Amino acid sequence: MATAVEFTLNGNAVAAIAEPGETLLSVLRNRLGDTSPKAGCLQGTCGACTVLVDGEPVLSCLLLADAAAGRHVETVRGLAQGPQLHPLQEAFMERFAAQCGFCTPGMLMAAKALLDHNRNPTRAEVIEAISGNVCRCTGYLPIIEAILEAARRLSARG
Amino acid sequence: MRIRKEMFADERRDDLVLIGKPIRRQDIEGHVTGRTQFFDDHLVPGLLHIRCVRSSEHHARIRAVDTREAERVAGVRRILRYADLPKKAHNILTIFNFGIDDEPALADGKVRYRGEPIVAIVAESLRAADEAVAKVRVDYEPLPAVFDVEEALKPDAPLVNEYIGRNWFRYWGDYDCQQIRFGDVEAGFRQADLVIEGRYQMSPIEHAPLETNGCIVVPGEDGRFTVYTCTQGLHFSLDNVAAQLKLDTNRLHFIGGTVGGGFGGKVDTVVEPLAVLAAMLTGRPVRYVFSRAEEMQVSSPRGAERVYITDGVTRDGRILARKIVHYHDAGAYSRLSTYGTIKSAAHHPGPYYIPNVWVDSFCVFTNRTPSSAMRGFGVTGGDFALESHMDVVARAIGMDPLEFRIKNAYRDGDMKAHRKLTEGAALIECIQVAAELAHWPLSEEARRASSRIGGGGERAQIPPTPKARTRLAEPRARSAALEARRTAAAGPSRAITPPPAWTGGGEPTAGRERVEAERLRTAEPSAPPEQRPPEPPRPTHSHGALRFSSVFGSRRR
Amino acid sequence: MPLQLRTTDTLSEAAALLASERAARFLGGGTLLMRAVNEGDVSFSVIVRTRDPAFARMRTAGTRIELGAGVRMAQILASRDLAFLHPAARAIGGPAVRSMATIGGNLFAEHPYGDFTVALLALDARVQLASSLGVRELALEEFLRARGRSERVLVSGVSFERPADPSAFRFHKMTRTHPKGAAVLTIAALVPLIGGRIVGARVAYGAMAPTPMRARAVERALEGRPLTAEGIAAAVAVAAEGTDPPTDALASSWYRRRVIGVMLRRLLLGET
Repeated sequence: MATAVEFTLNGNAVAAIAEPGETLLSVLRNRLGDTSPKAGCLQGTCGACTVLVDGEPVLSCLLLADAAAGRHVETVRGLAQGPQLHPLQEAFMERFAAQCGFCTPGMLMAAKALLDHNRNPTRAEVIEAISGNVCRCTGYLPIIEAILEAARRLSARG
Repeated sequence: MRIRKEMFADERRDDLVLIGKPIRRQDIEGHVTGRTQFFDDHLVPGLLHIRCVRSSEHHARIRAVDTREAERVAGVRRILRYADLPKKAHNILTIFNFGIDDEPALADGKVRYRGEPIVAIVAESLRAADEAVAKVRVDYEPLPAVFDVEEALKPDAPLVNEYIGRNWFRYWGDYDCQQIRFGDVEAGFRQADLVIEGRYQMSPIEHAPLETNGCIVVPGEDGRFTVYTCTQGLHFSLDNVAAQLKLDTNRLHFIGGTVGGGFGGKVDTVVEPLAVLAAMLTGRPVRYVFSRAEEMQVSSPRGAERVYITDGVTRDGRILARKIVHYHDAGAYSRLSTYGTIKSAAHHPGPYYIPNVWVDSFCVFTNRTPSSAMRGFGVTGGDFALESHMDVVARAIGMDPLEFRIKNAYRDGDMKAHRKLTEGAALIECIQVAAELAHWPLSEEARRASSRIGGGGERAQIPPTPKARTRLAEPRARSAALEARRTAAAGPSRAITPPPAWTGGGEPTAGRERVEAERLRTAEPSAPPEQRPPEPPRPTHSHGALRFSSVFGSRRR
Repeated sequence: MPLQLRTTDTLSEAAALLASERAARFLGGGTLLMRAVNEGDVSFSVIVRTRDPAFARMRTAGTRIELGAGVRMAQILASRDLAFLHPAARAIGGPAVRSMATIGGNLFAEHPYGDFTVALLALDARVQLASSLGVRELALEEFLRARGRSERVLVSGVSFERPADPSAFRFHKMTRTHPKGAAVLTIAALVPLIGGRIVGARVAYGAMAPTPMRARAVERALEGRPLTAEGIAAAVAVAAEGTDPPTDALASSWYRRRVIGVMLRRLLLGET
């Protein structure tokens, strides 16, 4: 039996119907129209569906939608503040850290989970933070550089 | 990035607007804000979903397919079968009048590789489709399967693809392989101090794009079908769906151009025909997306390639002759492998001036997953073999591998085995810069070498070239009819097994070398050289080989 | 049949549901079960989960550590008491997997997964199974032997002795890709030293048999020896004894047997 799920999406209260067994990824994409998290493998190995729930990165393809009930869900759509892009988004644009763009939303959210807790990550910590995210186009170096650059900008901002 | 302006200074212009300057991708803002729309980001209500029943066998006749239980699964709307196909077999290159329609979109009573689609379930949900798939019973009569290119070419090998009629593709009406003849390799081997053979094997490689192959088809009230697709060749795919479903192209509206990773793995147009057919037969919008497991198992990979190279060299490092036998494993169907094989022949013998060259490139059918395009297919596998062999030969004659390459590199004015004059060569300079960056010591001579010096003259000539066409023995079971036709077409033929058989034992290992000049010298008596080089073979029918690159050259991702 | 979702208040209710419904599977963190749902596994149609607080309880202060089966890898990593287990928890997926994957689920993970279970095996953990009649306990090794036979048991927790000296616990996962990948092989070892001699060694392997296994021959060969290159030589020599490694896309059985001794030596000598 379908149930209603209520949670906060990028700061806004939302409600959606979810079928039993329906994932958060499906609810975000098909019922709430936020198609930024991607279905890359539906196995938990590619990370393209990564979103934050209460600040922690999760694989929305493996999370039942009702497990997000009453919690705060963040996707890439909520990264920018109005027209002002998040430093991660700026750095990804400048450093050519996206090619086909399919891994980018998950990559950005995994990076945000890191920078929200740690403004001065080491390179090894950045690599660890995106170790569950696969990119098949650009390779990882520009992505790592972009995340380090965003960290520098965020810590300079204080 | 640094541009070496001191090299080819007279060819360089400094008023270029883009080269050497950083540029921002036009689509990157959409990527970082999650606004880029991939095919699956088009939200369409009321979708039906497709899942295919796939062969568990590598090669089998299908005695019966029982779908009665599957039809009763709640939510199943239609089961597509071979009988529903408007065109029973298709190949994506036949729209260019090249190749043979050799692949049914759903099994035609036989399966030729594991994972081949047999019937397609169209259902209200993926769950319902999955349940129906689990309830379809297929009665197989297993057939002997062949997985190795050289085994497949033996006369008693099981016939993989009846549409092709033999386990290799016949080029231009009458060539068992794509071949290059330039000079006389046997004479070259006789003059050589050393003859060195190598066998190189590359495994299939899956593109594994993050976005799996898929599409969404929406039937419109005007009788047109809107197709949101991940294809890398939008118009190519549109033309192919139209041909396969016998539709006018104006009934199809393809929307795409945003590909979640392709690398060549999204030109085969495998999902669109079934999805459009399902939309036609149900009147409903349809989504057909490969699962990750399907993407890995049944989407076409870069094919396996096996390459034998025999080089005749002098002690001082000059390659006098190079003979290459290259096998492309097309898997069970042509897809684009017929073209990849042409590319391999076009790429051999590598970027080196060699006065005697023989290349046989075979497109071979086996009971493996059909292979197809992937980033320089045909070329990459050939390069792996060629450059591995260059190292092997350099080691055998005790020469530095970079010096050996510089010594043999094309120079401007050299005649290539394909009968085109070299221009704009820069391999020597690239090696020099790479050596400098890697602190790899080069001799004074190698450092002073230039792509502009030493070419042309005698090296610009097309050497006398004996005629020699490679013929394979026809499959035994079908040989009578084919034999008659072939004899009429080409006169008496000799059946040869072209590669020097590998007797080294053990696993195929790249870089195994064997110096066996004696056997090669007596292997194949060469015909007396002709005075004039033969005309390049003319195709017996029109073909689109030249147009391929314009199709696949766009949007490489 | 469409999926149904059942949420129970207690572990015993969940266990009863699992026991009575053939088509039921228990949902821990979802990294295995939801993957099966997504991949079209129609062998089950009921998903059972519980909100029993005991399922996610952690008792980490004493000498006997008790962890609910619903404890997630990220919680292990957040616990200072469990610092010796951090390398094993970090070996599981990326951060997003770790904020979902549970230690109970890891006990069911099939080859080449299940690295945390290898660590628990070297700690000689005991597994609690919930049923409507109460909880029964068995050794992890015994649990693994029977694992394939029923998917409908409910693990409620695990317990194990805290190593007196945390540095006596070693863990290494060998992968083809870095920093993360599935295991070519995994080794966990507990090598307590008394007076410079190993006493009570326990060594466990992952990816060296269909399920994680104890390397008994290695354990015997380590007993009473110093933790030096010479001391462990006999153990390294028998490293592959009793193993039955699978051949898969990551490595062949031959390779796994060949390399296990090398990795064991490096792990024991602190060279990993």
